[in-house]
Amino acid sequence: MNHLPLIIKREYLTKVKNKSFIVMTILSPIIMIALVAIVAYLSQLNNDKVRTISVLDESGLVQDIFKNSEKTTYHILENMSLEDAKSISKETGSYGLLHVDKLDAVESTSKHIKFYSEETPSLTLISSLESKLEKTLTNIKLQRQGIDIDLINASKIRIDIAQESFEGEKTSKLDSFARLGFGIAAGYLLFMFIIIYGNMIMRSVIEEKTSRIIEVIISSVKPMQLMLGKIIGTSLAGITQFVIWMIFGGLLMTVVSLVIGINLFDSTTPQQELMQLATEEGGFNFYFESFKTALQNLPLMNLIIAFILFFISGYLLYSSLYAAIGAAVDNETDTQQFLLPIMMPLILAVYIGIFTVIEDPHGTVSTVFSFIPFTSPVVMLMRIPFGVPLWQQLVSLLILVGTFIFTVWFAAKIYRVGILMYGKKPSYKELIKWIKY
Amino acid sequence: MNNLLEVNEVSKNFGDFKALNKVSIIVPKGSIFGLLGPNGAGKTTLIRVINQITIPDHGKVRLDGELLNPIHIKDIGYLPEERGLYKSMKVGEQALYLAQLKGLSKAEAKTRLKYWFDRLEIGDWWNKKIQELSKGMAQKIQFVVTVLHQPKLLIFDEPFSGFDPINANLIKDEILRLREEGATVIFSTHRMESVEELCDDIALIHKSNKILEGKLIDIKRDYKINTYEVGIRTNNKEILEQELASKFDVSEANFKTLEDELKLNIKLSETNRPNDLLSYLTSKGEISHFVELIPSVNDIFIQTVKNN
Repeated sequence: MNHLPLIIKREYLTKVKNKSFIVMTILSPIIMIALVAIVAYLSQLNNDKVRTISVLDESGLVQDIFKNSEKTTYHILENMSLEDAKSISKETGSYGLLHVDKLDAVESTSKHIKFYSEETPSLTLISSLESKLEKTLTNIKLQRQGIDIDLINASKIRIDIAQESFEGEKTSKLDSFARLGFGIAAGYLLFMFIIIYGNMIMRSVIEEKTSRIIEVIISSVKPMQLMLGKIIGTSLAGITQFVIWMIFGGLLMTVVSLVIGINLFDSTTPQQELMQLATEEGGFNFYFESFKTALQNLPLMNLIIAFILFFISGYLLYSSLYAAIGAAVDNETDTQQFLLPIMMPLILAVYIGIFTVIEDPHGTVSTVFSFIPFTSPVVMLMRIPFGVPLWQQLVSLLILVGTFIFTVWFAAKIYRVGILMYGKKPSYKELIKWIKY
Repeated sequence: MNNLLEVNEVSKNFGDFKALNKVSIIVPKGSIFGLLGPNGAGKTTLIRVINQITIPDHGKVRLDGELLNPIHIKDIGYLPEERGLYKSMKVGEQALYLAQLKGLSKAEAKTRLKYWFDRLEIGDWWNKKIQELSKGMAQKIQFVVTVLHQPKLLIFDEPFSGFDPINANLIKDEILRLREEGATVIFSTHRMESVEELCDDIALIHKSNKILEGKLIDIKRDYKINTYEVGIRTNNKEILEQELASKFDVSEANFKTLEDELKLNIKLSETNRPNDLLSYLTSKGEISHFVELIPSVNDIFIQTVKNN
């Protein structure tokens, strides 16, 4: 008798009807969006503040370069001692005082330039001052050496290396960003999914043990069927929750950004940098166009199919282990010692993915770890956007599926023995023994 | 086929531990079969083998003449000793789910549940959650779920634990009624008085081995000790006691009487007949009490386990 659909249905319905599940489904996106909104709002508040900076230029070389901008006002002080300047800028409530001493030679400038302030000044402010001074002083030095600055400017060449693969596909720098984005998103999604819903499966197994219903159930269905039903039912509930989060989260995001008037999508800095990078290189259109080609250049079909296959096998691999842990223990506090060895390869995979795949998607480390079954789903998903040969994908998937079949078998063994064991916390040695039962 | 269940030389090891050692039992159709034994003897393992929860290392199990296979799941109803229900699920939903797992259709399960819930007067619990019910109430639901699919073989492991005397009686009557309707019952318990009352056949398992099996009445005959409990009114108790002690194997007895009688247990040798004893005693005084001592299941249990 095949009871799998019945078990899946029960698992799914009890999960979805559960109060805390419903609350989490609705509350999580609200909390997330609220946090993002608050952070965005606060950082905007900070940016809106206008700073006054006093400048005392005793060298007389640089005071012309400080032009008032939206966020910074420069207050130029002249003909006074440093002490007077300090007290004046304090009284006027300036953010700080930039002091440029008399300069004998332009070489030793840095010793003569100082910034005084009440608090530690912000890094961005200092670096913007530094770059301003650097530019001006370099020009002055060049002039003193008798070099024509106009000539230098005229001879400057701007290089933007056009990228093309051997097959003739055009690529750009944005490509790498898009690929990285896809890879990290996919890998991270799998990681989160395993942790959240793996735990849920584990708890559901423990619940059946502690409520002592397990022996009644197991006299009607095979333990393997029950375990698979649990995994599939919980996963479906998970997918439901994820989809709701995406839709609800997206809607909320739009509503919030409309209401508060903050563009949440733009508040992240890398994107801003990208924007600047693109606009500098030829306007907004260029940015948009290259983004489109970047998307087109992604191996989309490959990405989607690989995502589905690696996601499912990777998830099943880990969730069967979670089910086995749930069966082996009596309560949640005993799960820690068994969870650690599961978490290790998972976290390792994410770190390898983020650090080495960015560095070199086809390097030895990332290639090797994209074949090892416990890290391969995450690492391979991160590598695939950069173009992985089909044979590598297939071999990795084959190893993964082989391991997955083995772990499910192994987990089912532990499961069928574990669910009927009460009252003691098993050691690893005992778990190995159970396999022979 | 007069036997519903035949367990033939079943062995099961858990690592180095031998849980069952070539255990064979035969359960006649329509009987109530008591499966007895001290804690940890292997009863639960045997029951799990019959339920196909545990696969035996050796030996065969036949149900109604057929080797045990997954089809038989619907023919067996099992109430385990370690039992419970999903705490946060509603009574009705839960009962329906468990019934469907035993192969009943949803509609059929619903009709039968209605019938049983009315019968046990628990109809208004349908939409309650288990955590709102008392232990005894939950036990009733479990009983219903166990028998709902009308299995040929019912296995009850300590069915009366958790019930008050009234409900225990109710469940006992239901078990007897199910037997009348043709079910065969395996009954595992430590309450010897229920075995005495209900069981036709028993098997005793001790340290993974079956050490005793048969009709309860036959076993009692085998264990009879040829001893009679006697109460006799006489003027001189001490003289009579000495006289009897010289002729028979005599020990002190304890039972309630109206007068101050001489109370003795008298064990007869092979050659003595109870009638001879009786006529001898009538000449000595007025007999108020003369009963053959029948070994109780309790005595048989303790004696057999000790001797092994």
